[in-house]
Amino acid sequence: MSNAGDRPAFPSRRDFLKTSTAAAVAAGFTRVPGAWAGGSDTIRVGVIGCGGRGTGAAANVLSAAPGVKLVAMGDAFRDRLEGSKAELLKDPKLAPMIEVTPERSFVGLDAFEKVIATDADYIILATPPGFRPEHLKAAVAAGKNVFAEKPLAVDGPGIRSVLETYEQAKAKNLAIVGGTQRRHGNGYIETIKRVHDGAIGELQAARCYWNQGALWNKPRQPEWSDLEWQMRNWLYFTWLSGDHIVEQHIHNLDVVNWAMDAHPVKALGLGGRQVRTGPEWGHIFDHFTVDYEYPNGAHLLSMCRQIPGAEGRVSEDLQGTLGACATSQDAKRYVITGKNAWRLDPEQVGVDPYVQEHTNLIASIRAGKPLNDLKTVAESTLTAIMGRMSAYTGQSVTWEQALGSKLALVPESGQLAWGPMPVPAVAEPGKTELV
Amino acid sequence: MSGLRARALVMAAMLAMAPAVRGRDAKPPADMKPYTETVPGTSVTFDMVPLAGGTFRMGSPAFEAGRSEDEGPPHEVTLGPFWIGKFEVTWSEYDRFWLDNAVAQAAYASEIKAAGVDALTRPTPPYADESFGFGKGRQPVISVGHHAAMEYARWLSRKTGKVYRLPTEAEWEYACRAGATTAYSFGDDPVALGEHAWSAGNSEGQPRPVGGKKPNPWGLFDMHGNAGEWALDLYQKDAYKTRATTPAVGPVVMPTERIYPHVVRGGSWDHDAPALRCAARLASKVEWNRRDPQRPQSIWWLTDATFVGFRLVRPLEEQKELIGLRSRVTKESP
Repeated sequence: MSNAGDRPAFPSRRDFLKTSTAAAVAAGFTRVPGAWAGGSDTIRVGVIGCGGRGTGAAANVLSAAPGVKLVAMGDAFRDRLEGSKAELLKDPKLAPMIEVTPERSFVGLDAFEKVIATDADYIILATPPGFRPEHLKAAVAAGKNVFAEKPLAVDGPGIRSVLETYEQAKAKNLAIVGGTQRRHGNGYIETIKRVHDGAIGELQAARCYWNQGALWNKPRQPEWSDLEWQMRNWLYFTWLSGDHIVEQHIHNLDVVNWAMDAHPVKALGLGGRQVRTGPEWGHIFDHFTVDYEYPNGAHLLSMCRQIPGAEGRVSEDLQGTLGACATSQDAKRYVITGKNAWRLDPEQVGVDPYVQEHTNLIASIRAGKPLNDLKTVAESTLTAIMGRMSAYTGQSVTWEQALGSKLALVPESGQLAWGPMPVPAVAEPGKTELV
Repeated sequence: MSGLRARALVMAAMLAMAPAVRGRDAKPPADMKPYTETVPGTSVTFDMVPLAGGTFRMGSPAFEAGRSEDEGPPHEVTLGPFWIGKFEVTWSEYDRFWLDNAVAQAAYASEIKAAGVDALTRPTPPYADESFGFGKGRQPVISVGHHAAMEYARWLSRKTGKVYRLPTEAEWEYACRAGATTAYSFGDDPVALGEHAWSAGNSEGQPRPVGGKKPNPWGLFDMHGNAGEWALDLYQKDAYKTRATTPAVGPVVMPTERIYPHVVRGGSWDHDAPALRCAARLASKVEWNRRDPQRPQSIWWLTDATFVGFRLVRPLEEQKELIGLRSRVTKESP
């Protein structure tokens, strides 16, 4: 697809100069052919959830390492499944690696079971996150390795399920990576390593932001049932997305948890629905601010907003006793100031983290040393859920309250059917109960 | 030798010896004045500067420091008069194009359906902060694709009733040189670049508000650096080797349904001095949207080209092949 074919005559400082994605940077994995459970060396990928991200993840995994095939796909909707397949086949580099026959294409609310039942041994979970705990459980029960998009759940019961699945995956020696791709990007790895080595001293405070405009919305079609309309606009329903603090802001919260090497113990959040008030936007909030407290007494001020025209910012800042640290994936900015000042040369940002996360996962499978970061990503997901619970109710929420919450937002497996599905009321702080 | 041919030769010789830009000497037609346009329905304004038509030498000589092969051979180009933006298009202007409607996206999706193929299309929102934390307002719009820039121009044309479009590569270089035959409009020595441009050398890693440096001799700001600027042309490495006539009259390599590669000119806040030269040509490529995690990837936004923006021109009389031109890029484009 590259046009001029060769190196740019005038690269910008932020051009990706490294194009090879084959190297696993995470832990110096060496390849031991046949050393993993399956015996064969080919990675056979099945994708569950064929929206824009699922399709992107499929393209990423096929570019991540040699010996990868896409063998099965499933989605709730036929048009999404077929569109995704066509999009992937359009790419001449990917097409030879795609072996998804009609018999290996599954449509419906139970498509996930059917994909898991094939001989795919590497399952990509990219449906709306409300379904993730159930899908994770089923994939691990069937002995599959998993790439699970973030977030991993939308409520306390979902997190508890994921933590059980984590233990089972560990016992079975399965590899799982959650899609918090910042943990696989050279910029963050280099920066957080320095923070952990004491470059900014003891961490005293942090800030993080995901402030942006609005996202897409699919106009309701007359033939859609309530459930279909909600699933096609899943961002705007808490049972499906967790609200945008969980769906997007988890990335920044995850970076701070990583730097702190801990999860917060308590959250006090504010939020509301100020601009995006029409029924097409479901019932979620459009802004949150949360004050998180960590075990060492440090506080994290967190903001997220989806309001067009307001100032944008997606980044993390850490304050320590010896200096400060500022990171932004989008701007490729990785800077430490103070006693041990340092700045990552944008040219060293390296390969695409969305590809690298698969490269690392595959390398770990082939080396017989399976990565399993389900627990840390579950903790980052619960960090976001805890903030949302506080903002929705107006009460401060402890980690134990969030983890032990009885608020089960997602209908049990098998209870979903195409048909009526009432939209929950918008949460009212002070009135909405903490459950 | 016929009289006609002899005269053509004399003309050619004169063109070769004369200062490379004759447009500098000619005044724009009397009815071409500088003007300030207000984006209809808003208080946002932008300034347009008239340029006389003329003939200039496009490309760089083989001895120019830092040049690249695709800048040659230098050749004569003749252009008609046009207005050009005094500044790069800012976020204040671009936001009026897409942001006001972002919330009502559902509504305009059906509006597009109703109006058919001629409908204006607008960017779908990115899964990110489109400013990359660099700020908006009077800063140049960045990270927008060629298709997005063309659709912006079409939207603005419809709103104002005037023809606004991206400059052809030739128009862009003519305006950048402002009569100069040197590497930069102020001379050959990049030491002076800091007074005239935001480049990787002085930008401190981010784009800057437009108009913060010295203008070129024709009163245009940030032609060198700040945001790189889309030209209308599809990028062809050997475009200058295949010009049909001498001088080439209004040369342009027409854009197609392909998303890449198109020409970017002027270098940027994220480029080093050689890329900021009048003749330097950058070509867009799929890697400029590498980190868009969605498939299909956006045809509107670029995740890895925070250095690309654009400015607009308005021809006094539109070249024939550009009349009614619109982007042919779609989600299905190769």
